[in-house]
Amino acid sequence: MGYGKKILIYAYGNPGRQDDGLGNALIDLAETWVKNNDIEQVSLDSNYQLQVEDVIDMHDKRLIIFVDADMDGSVEDFRIDPVMASSRATFTMHALSPGYLLDLCNRLYGHHPPAYMLHIRGYEWDQGKPMTAGAKRNLDHAWKALLEIICNPELLVSDYFECVKNDRDKEYKRSTVHLSV
Amino acid sequence: MSQKITISPVTRVEGHGKVTIHLDDKREVTQSRLHIVEFRGFERFVQGRPYWEAPVLVQRLCGICPVSHHLAAAKAMDVIVGAGTGEGLTPTGEKMRRLMHYGQIFQSHALHFFHLVSPDLLLGIDADPEIRNVIGVARTPDYKDLAVQGVMMRKFGQEIIKATAGKKIHGTGAIPGGINKSLSTEERDFFLKSAAPMNADSMITWAEDAITLFMDYHKNNRDLVDNFSKFPSNHLSLVGKDGAMDLYHGRLRAVDADGKKILDDVDYQDYLDYIAEEVRPWSYMKFPFLTSLGKDKGWYRVGPLARLNTCDFIPTPKAQKAFETYKAYTGGKPNNMCMHTHWARLIETLFAAESMKLLLEDSDLQSDNRVIRGTKTLEGIGLLEAPRGTLFHHYRINKFDQIEMANLIVSTTNNNQPMNEAVNYVAKAQMNGQDRITEPMMNAVEVAIRAYDPCLSCATHALGKMPLEITLYDHLDNLIDRKFQHTD
Repeated sequence: MGYGKKILIYAYGNPGRQDDGLGNALIDLAETWVKNNDIEQVSLDSNYQLQVEDVIDMHDKRLIIFVDADMDGSVEDFRIDPVMASSRATFTMHALSPGYLLDLCNRLYGHHPPAYMLHIRGYEWDQGKPMTAGAKRNLDHAWKALLEIICNPELLVSDYFECVKNDRDKEYKRSTVHLSV
Repeated sequence: MSQKITISPVTRVEGHGKVTIHLDDKREVTQSRLHIVEFRGFERFVQGRPYWEAPVLVQRLCGICPVSHHLAAAKAMDVIVGAGTGEGLTPTGEKMRRLMHYGQIFQSHALHFFHLVSPDLLLGIDADPEIRNVIGVARTPDYKDLAVQGVMMRKFGQEIIKATAGKKIHGTGAIPGGINKSLSTEERDFFLKSAAPMNADSMITWAEDAITLFMDYHKNNRDLVDNFSKFPSNHLSLVGKDGAMDLYHGRLRAVDADGKKILDDVDYQDYLDYIAEEVRPWSYMKFPFLTSLGKDKGWYRVGPLARLNTCDFIPTPKAQKAFETYKAYTGGKPNNMCMHTHWARLIETLFAAESMKLLLEDSDLQSDNRVIRGTKTLEGIGLLEAPRGTLFHHYRINKFDQIEMANLIVSTTNNNQPMNEAVNYVAKAQMNGQDRITEPMMNAVEVAIRAYDPCLSCATHALGKMPLEITLYDHLDNLIDRKFQHTD
């Protein structure tokens, strides 16, 4: 990959809540792949929620991919969008948004890495039930796309800066990632 | 003629909360209520599951304090496997759990103060909500270091949890009868000998500094801190057998607003003889009370304010010194000042930091003597002092080792009536004569609730499924406005 800095893939969700654990499941897949292929340039993490201390592990990364389950019907199977820094506090400060963390990173370290959100479509959120078949299918698609990103992150990094420059985050869609699966 | 005003959501409180305030035809507040949608399905979900799974399963309840649920369930399962009621574990088992617990207390309290409360104190409770958050604190040159400290304190506590529980999500450290891992010397040295600030000594210093910060604020804002949402109540917590503050294990003690003991030296295995829960039709969350005083007078507060009212002393030197100053402010009497909860929470943060250091220096953590078992029983109760207050876990199993009954009383439930009292106090102080909700009014309600640091995620982990509803009713209870907002 040729980068001195690592890519951070950070998933959040509760694996005890059915499809809410999609992100955590993706990290499990990634951990196996990283281990089997002796990959050093990828850092993996997952938690129930994003929190303020996560900026410590974010600020020195080349690229950050947040991963979360999404119930939005507009997400067919998965989608990747750029995340812009935002000082807007979320409803609950016990769980932070990726944009808020980026802004906090800016304030504390003077910069933040390029960051994207990988949304994986989920359908059910009950306690103690297994992941739905549809979510498993979407997980498989998302993982294949993520592998492409990990192996060739330059495009996303340069696109991010272009996106920031043009302030067109609302309209941005990484359709090429989607098409390549 | 009456009006009903609904404030929803309560920002910077975990989960979903809704406040309704009723006005009469003279715009006087007649009633106010905090509505919380409590999820009770978990108790059914664990039915039929093997008892030994409980300490891991219960972490699914809450992404905010999974360690508290993990340990409370493990303590209940200790009873079931015959390992005693909190005092029969091996030294390694008990001390590893204590280290895990104090790591949780430390990081939770640090988050609350630095990231939820400090924006109110440093930027003013009337400040624009757009800047009244930790980024606003970090933006202010004089306070940037505080934001960094909050982040690092959280990180330290989380690393302690990871080292003791095994991992961040669904930790497995505590098992029935003990723990499944010890602390390696490398892990110990990381916490004790890392370069500042990521070491235990730095955490103690920062905890002391936070108390100083609060006391300085208090000095300059005495009226607000002493009188905002102040009301008398009973107080309940665990205390050590000798009356010491002990957040992991102890006996139940309750005192009234004047300090008279209502309960003392009560074995929590008998909690049902002393505590009951009332159901009210307008709330999904129950209202616990001390049975000896009845429903109307038996409600109580739990959490930092209560704990500093029930304990006789704190068994670490720096926190004890801070405790003496704190107690002197009320002449040794119980403290019923809502905003002093923040002061109490910071003293507990210092206690947790000192406790972590003492535990890390204890060689018992490196022993392999981790588990003990005895004669199995079919019922077990585990209590501990979670960051937000006393947490009850009660289980009964059948002869096939399956859980057949679970009853949980979470800290926020214990504080249900006090939070309603706080809302009512503020509503009357702020909203009499008004017919519109202004931002300062909303924030006053939120500040009152926030003192209890309620965590509603045990109830409402909905991840955007549940929209936040803002509704406004006229004097005839007709809905005149409704807004939805997702939690994003």
